[in-house]
Amino acid sequence: MILPYFVILPLLAAFLITLLAGKKDDWAITLAFMALISLLVLSIFGFVTMHEETVVYSMSGWDAPIGICLVQDALSLFMLVMINLIALTSLCFSIQYIRHLSQDWKYYALFMLLIAGMNGVVVTGDLFNLYVFMEIALISAFALVAYGCRAEEYEASFKYAVMGGLSSSIILIGIAFTYSATSSLTLARIAEVLPTVDPRLVLWIGALFLAGFGLKAASMPFHAWLPDAHSSAPAPISSMLSGVLIKALGVYVLFRLFFNVFGAPAIFMQLLLVLGALSIVLGVFLAIGQWDLKRLLAYHSISQIGYILLGMGLATPLGILGAVFHLLNHALFKSLLFYNAGAVEMVLGTRNLRKMGKLAKLLPVTSGTSMVASLSISGIPPFNGFFSKLIIIIAAIQAGHPIFAFWAVLGSLLTLASFMKVQRYGFYGEIEHKTPIMMPGNLVRFAMLTLAVLCVLSSLMVLPGIRELTLDPVVDVILNKTGYIRMVCGRAL
Amino acid sequence: MILYVLCFALFLVGVYGLLTKRDLIKIILSTAIMGYAANLFLVLFGYRHDATFPILTEANAGQPMVDPLPQALVLTSIVIELGITALLVALAIRLYQKYATFDITKMRSLKG
Repeated sequence: MILPYFVILPLLAAFLITLLAGKKDDWAITLAFMALISLLVLSIFGFVTMHEETVVYSMSGWDAPIGICLVQDALSLFMLVMINLIALTSLCFSIQYIRHLSQDWKYYALFMLLIAGMNGVVVTGDLFNLYVFMEIALISAFALVAYGCRAEEYEASFKYAVMGGLSSSIILIGIAFTYSATSSLTLARIAEVLPTVDPRLVLWIGALFLAGFGLKAASMPFHAWLPDAHSSAPAPISSMLSGVLIKALGVYVLFRLFFNVFGAPAIFMQLLLVLGALSIVLGVFLAIGQWDLKRLLAYHSISQIGYILLGMGLATPLGILGAVFHLLNHALFKSLLFYNAGAVEMVLGTRNLRKMGKLAKLLPVTSGTSMVASLSISGIPPFNGFFSKLIIIIAAIQAGHPIFAFWAVLGSLLTLASFMKVQRYGFYGEIEHKTPIMMPGNLVRFAMLTLAVLCVLSSLMVLPGIRELTLDPVVDVILNKTGYIRMVCGRAL
Repeated sequence: MILYVLCFALFLVGVYGLLTKRDLIKIILSTAIMGYAANLFLVLFGYRHDATFPILTEANAGQPMVDPLPQALVLTSIVIELGITALLVALAIRLYQKYATFDITKMRSLKG
């Protein structure tokens, strides 16, 4: 039974780092690498051998309605592979980047706690347990955003922590309502009881959860904290936050709650459609005027999350397929773009696009991979972003929402425009740079190249044979509410 | 019913403070108030009228008991809020060292 180890391994690594590492951060790096490589191997092994079945692990032998259960199905394994893959590349990138900030093992301990929290959110089958893991991930994220110890980092972290506190309180009240309505905290049990509950109460619970987890996913009216937090954090942490944290804590939980537990009620699907379209258009409009590269990327995260919410709100199999596919693609190309921004920052000491310039000769790997990532995010074939956006747009038209499809196309065009600006000023500009502060090392280049290759390879996932193995089981899990209840409660009831 | 309304009012007091106050310490207090309101909600939902404490003894055998689970949840969530509040206070101290003020309108390095 490998399921609890997704939480145990990173927690153990975090504690061992604080206990053993002392003043030597080589130990911390070795421990973090060992933990993350084993996590990645375990999650890929789990995904390959799952055969579309759900595994339920009851903690300390207490069965589902009484004890806490961990649930492993295609959706959670998909998220685990994504989290641990991005985390491993982020660790590769961190080593040089963090050394030039400070020589410190505390970073790696916090990093492992972040992974533990996210993995926990993804594998748990219990609502309150999910809340606790979410707080573990968030508290370490607040600390990591403030890691650079400059004034604006403290400011961003404070803002992030206050918004996080607000959303956590809303979620906690939602959990209290849910418990009083259903007398249970196990997600599958809640899903079973909820149809018998007064529909007005279900509306309240849904609204509280939509507001709480919408804040975590930074969809449009709740987005204010994201650009500050994601642009002020160290680059590998920005990529973790933008690439996976908002998805593991926001989008994944929305999928789980609104599909597996609530059974896709129409009113919330409408709300998700509107929120998604708003996020796409307003996010990209705010992004296009930015000159700080990381801030521009952070606004694009809001816009790309909008695509995922739009696909989710369509609630058709094709829409969900697009949303799940875009979830993975966004994690790949947005992390890569943040690594590029971090590498440029290491070399030139600036994130301002006006001060960059001719970097294509100086940094061939960085500018090459940034080109791949820019083409992916703006939806140019044959890169992965094209296929997922195309699927979402086709699904919107099929579901009879041509207006939302139009907004999605418009958002994609504006994304292309803003990344042409990044390439024009950032990597092919006029300013010559002769004296780099430092050059990106092998591991940094390895992290960027890996993600660039994956950006191209993951577009193969639309081919029917591969799609049936990877994306289709995830879509089945999301749309099959009764299947989820039966699998989780099957043994216990 | 009146208790639930008052509890919700307490939550709104926290949200109001969060949105309108400019002092870092008052903002931290507002987040704490929101947390208390959420905890109070949980305990209220577990409360049963005329029920005893949820420990089975000879004295209260057979009588209705209050629901013990929300109390356990509240203990957990109090610990989490303690952690968040400590982090916020630490950040406020560091911000004071950088800006020599607790006024949030005077901290303007992030805009847009």
